[in-house]
Amino acid sequence: MTHLLNIFAPESTPAKAIIDLSVVVLSITAVIFVVVASLLVYAIVKFRATPANADREPAQVYGSTQIELAWTIVPILIVVVLFAATARVIHAIQDAPQPPDAIEVTVIGHQFWWEYRYPALGVVTANELHIPVSDPSRPRPTFLTLLSADTDHSFWIPQLAGKTDLIPNRINRLWMDPLRTGLFLGQCAQYCGTQHAKMLQRVSVDTVDEFEAWARAQQEPAVQDESAMAGRRIFETTSCINCHTIRGTAANGRFGPDLTHLMSRATIASGAAEITHENLRLWLKSPDAIKPGSLMPAMNMSDAELDALARYMASLR
Amino acid sequence: MASNVMAFQGARIEAPTWGETLHEWVTTVDHKRIGLLYILYALLFLAIAGVEALVIRIQLMYPHNGFVSPQVFNRMFTMHGTTMIFFFAMPILFGFGNYLVPLMIGARDMAFPRLNAFSFWLSAFSGFLLYFSFLGGSGLYGAGSAPDVGWWAYAPLTARAFSPGPSTDYWTIAVLVSGFGSIGTAVNLIATILCMRCPGMTLGRMPLLAWLYLTMCGLALIAIPPLSASQMMLLVDRYLGGHFFDTQAGGSATIWMHFFWIFGHPEVYVLVIPAFAFISEIIPVFSRKPIFGYPVMVAASVCIAFVSTSVWAHHMFTIGMNSYANGFFAITTMAVGVPTGIKIFNWLATMWGGRIEFRTPMLFCVAFLFQFLLAGLTGVMLASAPFNWQLGGSYFVVAHFHYVIVGAILFCAFAAFYYWFPKVTGRMLSETLGKWHFWLFVVGFHLTFDTMHVPGLLGMPRRIYTYEAGRGWEGWNAVVTVGAVIQGVAILIFVFNLVRAALTGPKAGNDPWDAWTLEWSTTSPPPEYNFATLPEVRSRRPLWDLKHPEDPDWKYE
Repeated sequence: MTHLLNIFAPESTPAKAIIDLSVVVLSITAVIFVVVASLLVYAIVKFRATPANADREPAQVYGSTQIELAWTIVPILIVVVLFAATARVIHAIQDAPQPPDAIEVTVIGHQFWWEYRYPALGVVTANELHIPVSDPSRPRPTFLTLLSADTDHSFWIPQLAGKTDLIPNRINRLWMDPLRTGLFLGQCAQYCGTQHAKMLQRVSVDTVDEFEAWARAQQEPAVQDESAMAGRRIFETTSCINCHTIRGTAANGRFGPDLTHLMSRATIASGAAEITHENLRLWLKSPDAIKPGSLMPAMNMSDAELDALARYMASLR
Repeated sequence: MASNVMAFQGARIEAPTWGETLHEWVTTVDHKRIGLLYILYALLFLAIAGVEALVIRIQLMYPHNGFVSPQVFNRMFTMHGTTMIFFFAMPILFGFGNYLVPLMIGARDMAFPRLNAFSFWLSAFSGFLLYFSFLGGSGLYGAGSAPDVGWWAYAPLTARAFSPGPSTDYWTIAVLVSGFGSIGTAVNLIATILCMRCPGMTLGRMPLLAWLYLTMCGLALIAIPPLSASQMMLLVDRYLGGHFFDTQAGGSATIWMHFFWIFGHPEVYVLVIPAFAFISEIIPVFSRKPIFGYPVMVAASVCIAFVSTSVWAHHMFTIGMNSYANGFFAITTMAVGVPTGIKIFNWLATMWGGRIEFRTPMLFCVAFLFQFLLAGLTGVMLASAPFNWQLGGSYFVVAHFHYVIVGAILFCAFAAFYYWFPKVTGRMLSETLGKWHFWLFVVGFHLTFDTMHVPGLLGMPRRIYTYEAGRGWEGWNAVVTVGAVIQGVAILIFVFNLVRAALTGPKAGNDPWDAWTLEWSTTSPPPEYNFATLPEVRSRRPLWDLKHPEDPDWKYE
């Protein structure tokens, strides 16, 4: 687990390009540090006051134009090298053209959760992003359009790409081409309000077949489970529907996450808790117990209503 | 002149009462008293913001700690940042400037003594106003009192839709008013340095400290007005229906970022240039050599100030600027490294071939050199825009700027305290306690801020009140917290040393360090008029000339 957000374990082309650049930068800065720090240590040891030299002032030296020129020109050359390396990577990442078969995802930041929309596939989901793996021989990158519904947020999956902010009234772009399947983690990296800390991200990189199967399942309307009808009635007759969408029912709110296929996700509350019956019930009863300051209100329901509603949630596969 | 003082003191029938003393201090226009007021006021806010830092660190010691709620945590980091920048760092540097600049250029006071007092009280009241917000009003929805929008207060979190209560207004007005205070003092210091120098002190013979304060004040005049303007625009947004930053009405969140960082980045240099000023005076004295390359040091400082006005958007590499803008701000930021490097090399060359005495002020200077070198190098990493896309907004950045603000600026401020305390009070600080303070603080500092880089590299963003277990962050955060506590202990020793020495320290005499600038030629503490007769100087080290008539500096300059 411990390497899941390590920037030095990149798993996609842009993240790898950044780390290759960082090796250049780190090497140059390390050499500078060793040289200057050694000179400092030498000066401290060599030129300290001792009883032997206590009675006379050292030679009074005022400066030297040659030396000043030397330590002006050398750093300028270093800056030129560093900038050239930097500019190359900026261009490679930012100005990369979008191939025609790239996956398009629109990411909308909300206080304090993530909305993911796949316009070409007609899929809407929340908090857990699914994207296909990109085989280097047949690249299939994912291009993200980053928007915000309220305040500033920042999209950051350290192993897949550097962060880019989601800013209201602004359209930002970010791309990634994961080179292996698996789970990747991240979290909102721009302070967005009280619950900034629990605006967590999960990215599932699937094989192309898995991804297509997932997308087909997500395109379906919600499953109608007869045994959970009581909960559905509660959902449809309270304010739940003002904020949440469950496709195939009357609920079409957009303020909160789309719940049509809630159970296809592993977590609730943007990664704050695992998706279990107990957690669902607790979340409905008292959201602050899981995520204090989240915008989900406590619904003030009876125990029987909570059970029924949690069962309905659990039926949304 | 001296006999006049005797007569004046002899005429006093009884010691002043508490009320009279208080009245004297509140109504004073003496630059030394105002300087001391600034410094004491800054120390008060250092203590407050330090406690806030400890609250933050205790909360983050281990995952899912419940020491404070997210609402309180957000208030703590907002207030910690705002307080440290506006109500600790700025006042303490202005305090030293106020006290030292007239003495070092051989003047009897600042150019505008009443403006000086006015500026101080503006700053003082703005700090109290900020803290009144704990009683005053609510912030983000349901979050209680005190500002909680972060010290950059990014739009649109400050819009009334997200921060309906008045706590954001306390923040806005406090920062605005303190900005007016800073502008007043900056104008005053510039006028003092340009117009009040003693006979013989040409610009080229000023102590480096005066040059650096001149640079810093010029930069403050460029940097602070954009901040003031943006605060007024925010007030217009919040109360008069303006839509500068109100994104829900088509305003721009990024315009606020530009305004804030056009202030915010030069502000870093406004803070660090006085730190350079202190050590440019202290290193030569304890190395027993004049500063190496004086004209180059002046040029490098002015160059830093100029370049620093065109680097601000390196705080915004992640907002989606195009590749040309990212490239521009990357190279300007890296370019600052050149004059900064020149300064480090010149300090090193000043020590080279000297006879270095490791008294407490010099210890802090040497630690500064190592730490500032490292802070500069992590700064170069952050300047590399693509690397910044990973490092920005993470704990790596938090570690980097604390390396600058604590490792460089605060260390220099400590050096300045130990160096000039004898002049200000007439008494010496304890060297033993000073060394305890230094070593404990060095250990605490490195435990905290070296370690803090690592969770950033492991993907930990800043400003989160808690974090998930199993991400490799918890051990590092525990060490960071331990280091913070050690720093707290070191600060207690420092304060104890200050208080004890002020009351019972051994007498210092006029010139305890065998130094070379004018402030050491007058008594300790200096009389209200500073100098009985205005001094006349012929070189950059007037006291060297006096002490070494056979080998004066003016022969070589």
